[in-house]
Amino acid sequence: MTPRQRRLWAVVLVLIGMGIATALILTAFNKNLMYFYSPSQISAGEAPQERPFRVGGLVVRGSVKRAPNSLAVHFTLTDTIKNVDVTFDGILPDLFREGQGIVANGKLGGDGVFVASEVLAKHDENYMPPEVAAALKKSNPNYRHNGAAP
Amino acid sequence: MIPELGHFALVLAFALAVVQSAVPLVGVARGYGSWMSVAIPAARAQFCCVALAFATLAYCFYVSDFSVAYVAQNSNTQLPTPYRLSAVWGAHEGSLLLWVLILGVWTTAVSFFNKGLPSDITATVIGVMGLVSMAFLLFLLLTSNPFIRLASPPADGADLNPLLQDPGLVVHPPILYTGYVGFSVAFAFAMAALIRGRLTTQWARWVRPWTVMAWTFLTLGIALGSWWAYYELGWGGWWFWDPVENASFMPWLLGTALIHSLAVTEKRGTFKNWTVLLAIGAFALSLLGTFLVRSGVLTSVHAFATDPARGIFVLAILGIAIGGSLSLFAWRGPQALAGAGYGAVSRETFLLANSLLLAVATSTVLLGTLYPLVLDALNLGKISVGPPYFNLMFSIVMAPLVLLLGIGQFSRWKGDTLARIGLELKYALSGCVTLGFVCVAMLKPEGRLAAGTGLAFAFWILASVAAGLWQRIAPHGRGAVRLNLLSPAFLGQCIAHTGFALSIIGIVLTSYETVDLHTRMAPGETKNVGPYAFEFVKLREYKGPNYDATEGTFRITKDGALVAELTPEKRNYTVRAMPMTEAGIAPGLTRDLYISMGEPLGGGAWSVRLHYKAFVRFIWLGALVMALGGIVAIGDRRFRLATRTSDERHTAKA
Repeated sequence: MTPRQRRLWAVVLVLIGMGIATALILTAFNKNLMYFYSPSQISAGEAPQERPFRVGGLVVRGSVKRAPNSLAVHFTLTDTIKNVDVTFDGILPDLFREGQGIVANGKLGGDGVFVASEVLAKHDENYMPPEVAAALKKSNPNYRHNGAAP
Repeated sequence: MIPELGHFALVLAFALAVVQSAVPLVGVARGYGSWMSVAIPAARAQFCCVALAFATLAYCFYVSDFSVAYVAQNSNTQLPTPYRLSAVWGAHEGSLLLWVLILGVWTTAVSFFNKGLPSDITATVIGVMGLVSMAFLLFLLLTSNPFIRLASPPADGADLNPLLQDPGLVVHPPILYTGYVGFSVAFAFAMAALIRGRLTTQWARWVRPWTVMAWTFLTLGIALGSWWAYYELGWGGWWFWDPVENASFMPWLLGTALIHSLAVTEKRGTFKNWTVLLAIGAFALSLLGTFLVRSGVLTSVHAFATDPARGIFVLAILGIAIGGSLSLFAWRGPQALAGAGYGAVSRETFLLANSLLLAVATSTVLLGTLYPLVLDALNLGKISVGPPYFNLMFSIVMAPLVLLLGIGQFSRWKGDTLARIGLELKYALSGCVTLGFVCVAMLKPEGRLAAGTGLAFAFWILASVAAGLWQRIAPHGRGAVRLNLLSPAFLGQCIAHTGFALSIIGIVLTSYETVDLHTRMAPGETKNVGPYAFEFVKLREYKGPNYDATEGTFRITKDGALVAELTPEKRNYTVRAMPMTEAGIAPGLTRDLYISMGEPLGGGAWSVRLHYKAFVRFIWLGALVMALGGIVAIGDRRFRLATRTSDERHTAKA
């Protein structure tokens, strides 16, 4: 092979490699994307049934119910217009409180109850997850969170 | 009066930064030697001013001067004194001041350690670093001034975020920033090479120790951050693919590629284009990290700023730095960066392939980190990218990287044949495959194939290190005893690669053998985790300096023998009314036992996390060893004594 041909081959190989890499990356990326839905969007049937997604809202005061002998916990999330029921079997984060904005990852069960695999609350008592803040604002433009600094 | 002094010092520092960049750069362009010589004194004076400003702010924290808004927001009279110092960089304004201070440290270091450097290169390097200082000082003064006074100071401050009240967090930001900002030296040298239109092997020799130093600090900083997250967040995880973690990891990946590419540029005079691009990329990613962490686009522990002007300002700095340096690269690159040739099968090729793989790894992380932000900014929906994406992509990229790392070690510079390499590494390769199978046979069935493969890869790295050492000290083979080839640079490489292998072993075994039990426990109960029995003995309440705590006592036994007694806590920091989890950890080289308390469930019962983590310490141990390798490599005399400026000395050493 002449050096010219060799360089050509090298370029072709690199291009093929990069093509494969890009295809792999995009596939993996697509599989692991999680979309965010508000309780209003869920009750309008916009959320997927099979795929995991995130939901966020305020924890309805008085809605947190614990099972007596396990870690299972049941609560309701609201965006002040619609509600969605959530179950979670695990340890809630330190900043999980009634009235607080939280985000949950998980899947929608057949009965319309969201089965959370992870519950996230952030590290500040006044903090409102931005997804939650945007969802609240979208579904209820008049809503104002008391004491939310940001 | 004192805060005003700091403010004034900051303004003066900005003025000096303008002098430090404008005068030497014009001097270089026009060939005025006296203008060039302004660089060093200006840089040192600028550093002194920033240091004065920093000391002033630290003093305000020390005496709890709550008339300064930044102090009032981040300190409290009850805050223990060491944390008052770390509170200086506990939030946005102060951490930026720290950024500029560390940039000053690096610039001053360049002003001292520049023997053998032509005066025009020194002047250009310091001038370019002055431009960066200027941009960040302006940013501080215009949008993030830490010295702003409050008209009516509060009686007491709002306290430091309790998550940051931890010894790990006292040292993590300065070390991480030293790494981040250190890449500005490599960047400035790359700019100097482009501006002066020449890039020699000698240039690579100047840049190497600076880059390795920055990389070493970044390695330590990331490891510290990971360790802190492990014991302080109370989830028992050591890496979350959180955007902020990614922000520090991306410059590390490209920095690793840069170190290797620089080595080739120095030894063989090739890869110049690529080296310069990587130097630009590593620094650009450091700036991007600063932008991500400081602009408020991310929501995490680290995101303080919510002022959009700040985000736009950092984005502008980023745009100018990347756009400007890439334009310069396109304009001057072709003249400055012609290099020597090399064969298709050669050490150069393998090193190039690996730095490409590192670049691919960086881009996968970049995609996963930025895509959600871009979609959000364009109002196309809110998404998040899960850790499985990063984990999968990483294992796919790391497998060929590790394979090529070993092959590269065995291959020769300039040209080699696959047959010869195959002959050299057949024993190592078959040994690693056999060991991998032995591991698979020894491990318990679930997930053992993946674990065995991972371990075989780690052995492969260790084998290549051992073979590399053997090649140099063995009296047979090519000539006499070659102890003189055991240069610190080579030893550093061996140590760093060993560290990499240790980290892989840690990651593989931790993911393979971890027991996470989330459960409900009341005092008196016992739960089993693997071979260990965790007994919840008692609960007590006590009062800390600025928090109230509930402390649980757990006794861990194995076959009836006491292994450890742990006291995890749940604290409530009174000023911010913020609960915090303090995990109880029994560390060990081969396993950690980890308990963190969730929440009271009524009737004295708590939700608790009980973890058994195999070999988790290896992850950080590996990072420490990698950093040690960096330190050893910097000690190479070649980097200090090389004052010859003979261009393109092609020393084709094996």
